[in-house]
Amino acid sequence: MVRSTTNRRLHRLAIYALFSVVALYTLFPFYWMIASSLKSGQAIFDVTFLPDLKFNNYEAILSDGVFLRSLMNSLIVAASVVALSLGLAIAAAYALGRIEFRGRSPIMFLFLAVSMFPQIALLSGLFEMIRWLGLYNTLGSLIFAYMIFTLPFNIWVLTTFMRNLPRQIEEAAIMDGCSPLRIVRCIFLPMMGPALISTGLLAFIASWNEFLFALTFILTDENRTVPVAIALISGSSRYEFPYGAIMAASTIVTVPLIVLALLFQKYIVSGLTAGAVKG
Amino acid sequence: MARGVMRIGLNATRARTAWLFLVPSLVVLFAVALWPLGRTFLFSFTDAFLTEPDIYGYVGFENYFTLFEDPLWWQSVRNTLFFTVISVSIETALGLAIALLLNAHISGRGLMRAVILIPWSIPVVVSARMWQWMLHDQFGILNHVLKLMGFIDNGIAWTANPNLVMPVIIAVDVWITTPFMVLLILAGLQMLPKSIYEAASIDGVSEWRQFTALTLPLLAPSIAVAVLFRLLDALRMFDLSFVLSSNSDDTKTVSIYAREVLVNFQDMGVGSAASAAIFLMIAIVTAVYVTVFRLNRRLLGV
Repeated sequence: MVRSTTNRRLHRLAIYALFSVVALYTLFPFYWMIASSLKSGQAIFDVTFLPDLKFNNYEAILSDGVFLRSLMNSLIVAASVVALSLGLAIAAAYALGRIEFRGRSPIMFLFLAVSMFPQIALLSGLFEMIRWLGLYNTLGSLIFAYMIFTLPFNIWVLTTFMRNLPRQIEEAAIMDGCSPLRIVRCIFLPMMGPALISTGLLAFIASWNEFLFALTFILTDENRTVPVAIALISGSSRYEFPYGAIMAASTIVTVPLIVLALLFQKYIVSGLTAGAVKG
Repeated sequence: MARGVMRIGLNATRARTAWLFLVPSLVVLFAVALWPLGRTFLFSFTDAFLTEPDIYGYVGFENYFTLFEDPLWWQSVRNTLFFTVISVSIETALGLAIALLLNAHISGRGLMRAVILIPWSIPVVVSARMWQWMLHDQFGILNHVLKLMGFIDNGIAWTANPNLVMPVIIAVDVWITTPFMVLLILAGLQMLPKSIYEAASIDGVSEWRQFTALTLPLLAPSIAVAVLFRLLDALRMFDLSFVLSSNSDDTKTVSIYAREVLVNFQDMGVGSAASAAIFLMIAIVTAVYVTVFRLNRRLLGV
C-alpha cells in the first residue's frame, strides 16, 4: 500500500515536471518578446533576463500614426469578416442542416472542397476580381477575400450544430405559420450561442493573422493590417534593425489574442475540433 | 390524401426556402473562389501581365514549359515537400506525446490546454519575428545561452547559414503548430470509451500494451484527419519563410515562388501556371491521402 502511494506520487511528480517543460517551451519566447520590448535603446543588445520596464519602444510605436492605423485596420477587417461570414453562414446552415432537399450533398461537398483550396491558387484570379470590383488597396478587398477561408468553415460547423438540435420546436413554429427568417431569428439564434462564439472567434483569429492576401492586395502603408506592418518594419541597415520596436509592436498585437485564447479556450478548441472529429 | 398533398406542397416550399437561404453564400463563394480559380487556370495559358490583365493572347502550354525548365521552381517544390514531410511528422509525434500527457487526470491540465493554445493563435509573422530575434547571431538569447554553457565560441548564424535555415524553419513551425495537433488528438482521446481500458486493466494488460493495442488503433482516424489538415496547411506555407528568411532559395516554398513571379515580376502567365500547378499538386495529394486512409465517409458524414 505504502509503496503504491509513493509510486503514484512519483508518477504525478513526473507529469508535473513534463508539464513544466512543455509550458517553458511554449511560453519562454513570449516572455522574451515582452522582456525585450521593455528594454530601451541599446539595452536590448545586452542579454539580461530581467526587463528594465522602460516603455520607450511602446511610446515610439504608438506615437507613430501608421502603426495605430494598422491596428485599427486589422480590427475593422476582422470584425467585418466575423459579422459577414456568420450572417451568411447562419442562413446557409439553416438550409443545409434543417431542410432535406435535392442537391444538399453536392453543395456540402462543394463547401468542403472550397475550404481546401490553397490561397495561392486564387491569387491572380482574385487580383483581377478585386480590381474589377474597385476594391484594390482598400480594406474591402481583404474583407471580401477572407470569405474564402471563413465562410465554408463556418457553414460546415454551424450545419453540424444545427442538425443536432431537436426537431419538435421548429415543427410547431412551422405549423403556426412562422416565416423561415423568423424561425431562424427567434428559435435557432438563441440556441446557437456556443457555436457562434466558436466560429466567430476562429474567424476573428484567422482574419487578424492573415498575411498573403494582406501583403498582396494592399499597396500603401495607411491601409495595411498589423501582420504586414510588422513584417515590413526594417532598419536602415542590418545593424540598426529596430528589434525593440518590433517586439513592442508584436506584443501589442499578441495581447488581445492571448486574452481571447485564455478566456475562450473551450470555445476555440470545440470549434477547431468540430470540423475534424465529428462524423 | 389532403394531408399528403399538403406535405408535398410544404416540402416544395421548404426546398425553395433552402435555396433562397443558400444563394448569398453561393454567390460569395463563386465570386471569391470558383471564378478566380477558373481565371487562374485561364491566365496560365496566356501572356497576360499584372499591370494590364485585360490585354492578353493565348500561348498554349508555353508558360508551363517555362515553369518546368526553371530549376528554382523545382527547388521550391523540393523545399516545400521536405518542409511538409519533416514538420508534419515531428508535429504528429510530438502532438501525440503532449496530448497523452494532457489527457492525464490531474489538476492544472485545463490551464495547460489554454497555455498550449497561445502559439497557435498568434500571427505567424509575430512568431517568426520573435524567433528571428531569439536566433540573432550576435544578440540572440540562444547563442548567448550556448556560449555560456561552453558549446560554442562564436554565435551561429542560424537563419543565414544555408544548411541551418531549413531546420530552423521546421523547428519554428513545430513550435507554432504542434498545439493544433495536440488539441485535435486530445479531442480524439477524450472520445475513446473508458470501459475498454477498465476491462484491459482488470485483465492485467500492461499500460504499454494498452497504448499500442487499444489507443493507437482507435485514435488512428482522428490522427489521420488532423494530419490531413496539417498537410494542406504545410503545402501552402508562405509567411514563415517569407519573414524568417526572405529571398533565400534554400527555403523558398512554391507559394513564395508563385507570388514572386506574379507580383514582383508581374508575369501573370507564368505566375498563374505556377499557381495552377500548386493547386493540382495539393488536389492530388489530398485525393491520394483521402483514398488511402478511407477518410471520405468521415469527412462527408456530417
